[in-house]
Amino acid sequence: MPSRRQQFLLCLLLIAAKSSAQATAGEKQIDFARQVQPILAEHCSQCHGVDQDARKGGLRLDTAEDALRGGESGERAIVPEHPEQSELIRRIISSDQDTLMPPPSTKNPLSEAQIETLKQWIAQGAQFESHWAFTAPQKISLPAGHSAHPVDSIVSSRLQEDGLAISASASSSALCRRLYLDLIGLPPTPQQLADFETQGLEATADKLLQSRQYAEKWARHWLDVARYSDTNGYEKDLQREQWAWRDWVINAIDQDMPYDQFLIEQIAGDLLPGATQDQIIATGFLRNSMINEEGAIVAEQFRMVEMFDRIDCIGKGVLGLSTQCAQCHSHKFDPVSHTEYYGMFAFLNNSWEARSWVYSKEQQQTLQDLRNRMSALEGQMKEQRPQWLQEQSQWEAALTSQLPPWVPVVTTELGSISGLNHPVQEADKSIIMLGHTSADVFMISAPDLKGITGLQLEALNHGDLPHRGPGRSSTGTWGISELEVFTKAPGSSEWQKVKLVSASADFSSPENKQPDGKKATGPVSFLIDGSDDTTWVSDRGIGRRNQPSVAVIQFEQPLDAPEGTELKIAMRMTDMLGCCRFSLTTHPQPSAPPVDHAITLAIQKPAAERSDVQQTAVFNGWCRTVPEFKAINDQIDELWKSWPTAVTSILHLSERPARYARTTSLLDRGNWDQPRQPIEPHTPAAFHNFPADASRDRLGFARWLADRKSPLTARVAVNRVWQAIFGEGLVETPEDFGTRAPVPEYRELLDWLSVDFMEHGWSQKHLIRTIVTSAVWRQSSQASPEMLERDPRNRLLARGPRFRAEAEVIRDIALSVSGLLSERKGGPGVIPPVPQNVLDYNYVYPSYWKPAEGSDRYCRTVYGFRKRSMPDPVMTSFDAPNGDFSCVRRVRSNTPLAALTALNETIFVEAARALALRILREAGDSDSSRADYAFLLCMSRHPDDQEREEVLALLKSRRERIADGWLNAREISTGDAAKLPELPAGTTPQDAAAWTLVARVLLNLDETLSKN
Amino acid sequence: MNLIHDIRESYAQVLRRRWFLRDCGIGLGSIAASTLMNSDQAAAVSSPDANPLAPRQPHFAPKAKRVIYIFQAGAPSHLELFDNKPELTKRDGQLPPAELLKGYRAAFINPNSALLGPKFKYERHGQCGMELSEVLPHTAAIADELCLIRTLQTDAVNHAPAQIMMNTGSQQFGRPSIGAWTLYGLGSESADLPGFVVLTSAKGTSGGASNYGSGFLPTMYGGIPFRSAGDPVLYLSNPPGVDAESQRASLDTLQRLNGLAVKAAGDPEIAARIQSYEMAYRLQTSAPELMDLASESKDSLEKYGVKDPKESSFARNCLLARRLIERGVRFVQLFHEAWDQHGNLTAGVKANAADTDRASAALVADLKERGLLNDTIVVWGGEFGRTPMVQGGNDGRDHHNRCFSMWLAGGGVKAGLTYGQTDELGFNVTENPVHVHDLNATLLHLLGFDHTRLTFRSQGRDYRLTDVHGQVVQGILA
Repeated sequence: MPSRRQQFLLCLLLIAAKSSAQATAGEKQIDFARQVQPILAEHCSQCHGVDQDARKGGLRLDTAEDALRGGESGERAIVPEHPEQSELIRRIISSDQDTLMPPPSTKNPLSEAQIETLKQWIAQGAQFESHWAFTAPQKISLPAGHSAHPVDSIVSSRLQEDGLAISASASSSALCRRLYLDLIGLPPTPQQLADFETQGLEATADKLLQSRQYAEKWARHWLDVARYSDTNGYEKDLQREQWAWRDWVINAIDQDMPYDQFLIEQIAGDLLPGATQDQIIATGFLRNSMINEEGAIVAEQFRMVEMFDRIDCIGKGVLGLSTQCAQCHSHKFDPVSHTEYYGMFAFLNNSWEARSWVYSKEQQQTLQDLRNRMSALEGQMKEQRPQWLQEQSQWEAALTSQLPPWVPVVTTELGSISGLNHPVQEADKSIIMLGHTSADVFMISAPDLKGITGLQLEALNHGDLPHRGPGRSSTGTWGISELEVFTKAPGSSEWQKVKLVSASADFSSPENKQPDGKKATGPVSFLIDGSDDTTWVSDRGIGRRNQPSVAVIQFEQPLDAPEGTELKIAMRMTDMLGCCRFSLTTHPQPSAPPVDHAITLAIQKPAAERSDVQQTAVFNGWCRTVPEFKAINDQIDELWKSWPTAVTSILHLSERPARYARTTSLLDRGNWDQPRQPIEPHTPAAFHNFPADASRDRLGFARWLADRKSPLTARVAVNRVWQAIFGEGLVETPEDFGTRAPVPEYRELLDWLSVDFMEHGWSQKHLIRTIVTSAVWRQSSQASPEMLERDPRNRLLARGPRFRAEAEVIRDIALSVSGLLSERKGGPGVIPPVPQNVLDYNYVYPSYWKPAEGSDRYCRTVYGFRKRSMPDPVMTSFDAPNGDFSCVRRVRSNTPLAALTALNETIFVEAARALALRILREAGDSDSSRADYAFLLCMSRHPDDQEREEVLALLKSRRERIADGWLNAREISTGDAAKLPELPAGTTPQDAAAWTLVARVLLNLDETLSKN
Repeated sequence: MNLIHDIRESYAQVLRRRWFLRDCGIGLGSIAASTLMNSDQAAAVSSPDANPLAPRQPHFAPKAKRVIYIFQAGAPSHLELFDNKPELTKRDGQLPPAELLKGYRAAFINPNSALLGPKFKYERHGQCGMELSEVLPHTAAIADELCLIRTLQTDAVNHAPAQIMMNTGSQQFGRPSIGAWTLYGLGSESADLPGFVVLTSAKGTSGGASNYGSGFLPTMYGGIPFRSAGDPVLYLSNPPGVDAESQRASLDTLQRLNGLAVKAAGDPEIAARIQSYEMAYRLQTSAPELMDLASESKDSLEKYGVKDPKESSFARNCLLARRLIERGVRFVQLFHEAWDQHGNLTAGVKANAADTDRASAALVADLKERGLLNDTIVVWGGEFGRTPMVQGGNDGRDHHNRCFSMWLAGGGVKAGLTYGQTDELGFNVTENPVHVHDLNATLLHLLGFDHTRLTFRSQGRDYRLTDVHGQVVQGILA
């Protein structure tokens, strides 16, 4: 044993070694990127950086041109080779507190060493370099005399400089386990361990990369970036249907979709020519933002919050750059100005918050067949009546001439009686009701009320509504139980009810009485029958329900009211309308025309301006007036009835057409209600150019992000893959490659891999294969005390990675080794069991929370239902993010709560019981061979003698406690003192119980929980 | 050879021990006490050599070491509880002056709604003559201990963003809560319990777990809910059939096997895991002990108004808060989401006051009696106030962020003080506004921190609880 003195001497030696290294640095060339730039970023950029508004003294120090010129004082901040003449140096060494920089009030002083570095740098000529991360990566020529493998070549040459070398390879079984955990997130079975010995690493890697399990493991990393969740977040945190997007990611990764395409489809798949359903689903990516449904919110405010979240996600996940600063003002450290932030924002800002049905492959085929058959029938009708167009035009003309003249109501006040919803009126006088689904709204106006005979209510489609509405139910339907009209004479405070006498509609659902005999839905007369129990519903059935409807209501007496009379229209709804418009008429007998409102809307447009859908609607409308077509019309109706029910729906983006185009404005201090000057879509100047011929829309932006010229896109993606395998990225801060991020130790490696990634078709599988075939990856993770001291976080990569697995992998390990793991091919989120006291503490109780039973209960964790405000505590204990915002780097904590989780949580306990039975079933009848097998399952190796003894000792003492009656064997092995487990032949409940207790220990071993 | 080997072995042990301290999670703190926060570079806080939960000295001598934050979620009406407005009574039923409503946004109502007189009578209490509503008789009895601030202001008018704003200083999700900042700054003094404990009564809050989350700070700084039903800490109970002896025997084997792994792999993280499992084991005893009120006297239960010591209630949580503080827990936060009286204002406020008044006051009195109030801050309040204008018929108020009331008591706060003035309608602040950021700056100040220097780097930026705002409210410091 060394004495304290010996320890002290050792410390001294280490300190001496450190300071001598510093002393020699003086003669070395100063490295701008590593030594100077961080000082400027840390101590100067706040006031002398990118942000023009915050700039002091007109001095900017982050570019050579500005720094050499100096600021308003006229002094040259930097005089190359002459530190003594440089104002910068004079100011940082000033003894005058008023001129000293950084100002003492910032409490951010420079150290002596930093001052010395700046002096030397200026003495050496003050060479500036642009920040490495904003210059496109290049492949260096690999260092000679080292391995041919690029990773090994770069790392071993670097290690050699420090007198180090790559460590020896880990054992074959350790490598096998590492490979399985890295590639598919599951440990190898005993059979797979044996196969590895014969097939070797490369063949095994190739096999694993082709498996679905690979995609299930690697999709999870992107789901973090994309803040995927199955609920909307905020107070209400209601369910959303978004799993089709999650499955899209798994499929894309399974197929090794090139990463550039992966990005383009997710950001703008809907804008690709002939966009497929899958490409539209992909745009669910940006829709993963939280949605606030709290009462009384202003929808536009929280749409802006969603927009900020989308830019944040692209910033962290694609650009590797923090953008949040530039939301309110120009970035202090990185080249993203306030204007440029809104330039990127503008690309994304012209989208509907759409929701559409998702059909299975078979259903898509069925839909195509149905459409084909319908157009064939339409073709038949046209053949039968060659003069159809002429007849149709005459019909249209007759219809148009009968339309009452309608004057839209311009509201002076809009609201809901409860205050929960704040409707807004658009330029086309339609009224949009987003936000809370309050069921009662009113509109006040002061129209000309001379001889007004009736009122028209149009229920209209809108891109922000589910399936374009017009309603806000999950199918886009709506129901209005009562509509009332009031007037208020000028100067009066009393609202007088207007008597409504008849209501007509283009379409009403047949009357449908509820079982209680009181409530009913159906005819439009319900709208004005004075009862809230009866509701007007206009549901044309599946496939045709998301179209406009109209109701016309006659007043008993025409209104003749003096100018200044106010009109109030109030509606109580069961399912809320999302978009509507009110109009008034003086027509003596106003009523709804006998055709679908979609046709009425279409025929008011010149034929040439009608969309295909409108053309077809008008044609079909006319066909219904031709008696000879009855049979064919009936056939078409029959076809509609076979319209398939979609598998699910998806929140996605779709571009707003020109007439709804949004102007993006710079938001003062990032406040949604403080728009300043309009901003055109543009990208930050510090990045690669936006191609002159590219469209300035979302698709153009997506293509710009995924451009091979991008300095950051490939690096950020490669860094994230490296991080998943080694525990930390080559750049430690994957969300921030900017000037404040530490310059990576292995920048050349990152750049080499990034270029290689792009050269190989942005293939993630190629990249992973490159990494896992390196000697660097194969290194043993065993750490010597010297290396632990010198490089505790393994930044030098002189040993293999060892770290606790991520939450999903830990749970999947338990399921896998216990034999419980079941296969699942996507689909809705699977509900995990959570304690009742967690369920009880929700703002809105999730009554749908019925934990899965049967095999789904044990499917891979990637398919687990994710509720933002109530994340599965197992996931939280092991640091999985809850999806509130983009997460590109998980922390790895090591807490008592995680220990309790792995010891006692339901699924882990079930896994321990199942593992015990598996051991008894598969490992022969000696406890010793069972112990060996158990180790092999959990840790892919056999125990050494000491470990085996520990296990057998626990087993023995447990058997004794059971025999002595202290423990109830059935209760331990099934959770129920009256229940027997399914015992393998020749085993006893006591065996099962004792082994359950041992299995629980093994599942909690650090080595079981870790990638080693 | 032997000597070198010995030195290496010994050094490895030292090193392991250091790592052990750093990563052990909770406990062992006092061994590694250090003053990291004095570093000029705030980022140095993440120095790898210290236990992140070890007790630490703040920037300057603190006035308080602990916080009990009673968050009355839903937004209690300042007009019914703390801010007497006779003029509002006089103008009941009239419209508010038009100039008041310029640029004003309420959440639900058209701001141009009739004024509504306060529903309760006010009287002056204590030596200080603090004016409090009749529904708070117990709070009135401790008026001389309180610092009542009538001029709180916030930016948000919807519950979830406003609760997040109060607790994290930002309306955007993902920032650390004030409890997490406190634990990050001061470390934990409890060897057997988490440093930041959350207790809940009434319903779930709008802001949810983000109200007490760790944000971008390491997870260990987040609040740990202690639950009143089922396991007080999640997964605390052993599986069915596993008795205490089996648990100990299992953990002994687990720890020995993990100990062998430390030797084999040399990874200090394994040593940290051993420590976490030990702490988990201790928690299996300490948490139930904490939640079990059997050792509390009948008198004590009565003072707090705990009817059934086993049943979840705000009163029970107040008593638990005191027990937690006694055991060295740094930050206790109570959430009671009940105060959103858009309607049913009279009965609702009365009922909520009945549920919370006695216990809140008893807590302050109890802390004082035990000598704990000197260095504990008690905070009482919600996320915003309520409109002087009526919502609905004549018995409701909407959200109002221009002014609202909170009270503080204890370490470093001026007792018996009513701070700030609102206008005659309780609509705007007329004197001494206290923004959320100012409140948070002040709370950190009382804990010994310059709020501009308690920072954590995330995404290249040094974040703080007060963003780029906040002034310490000098007027309320003792």
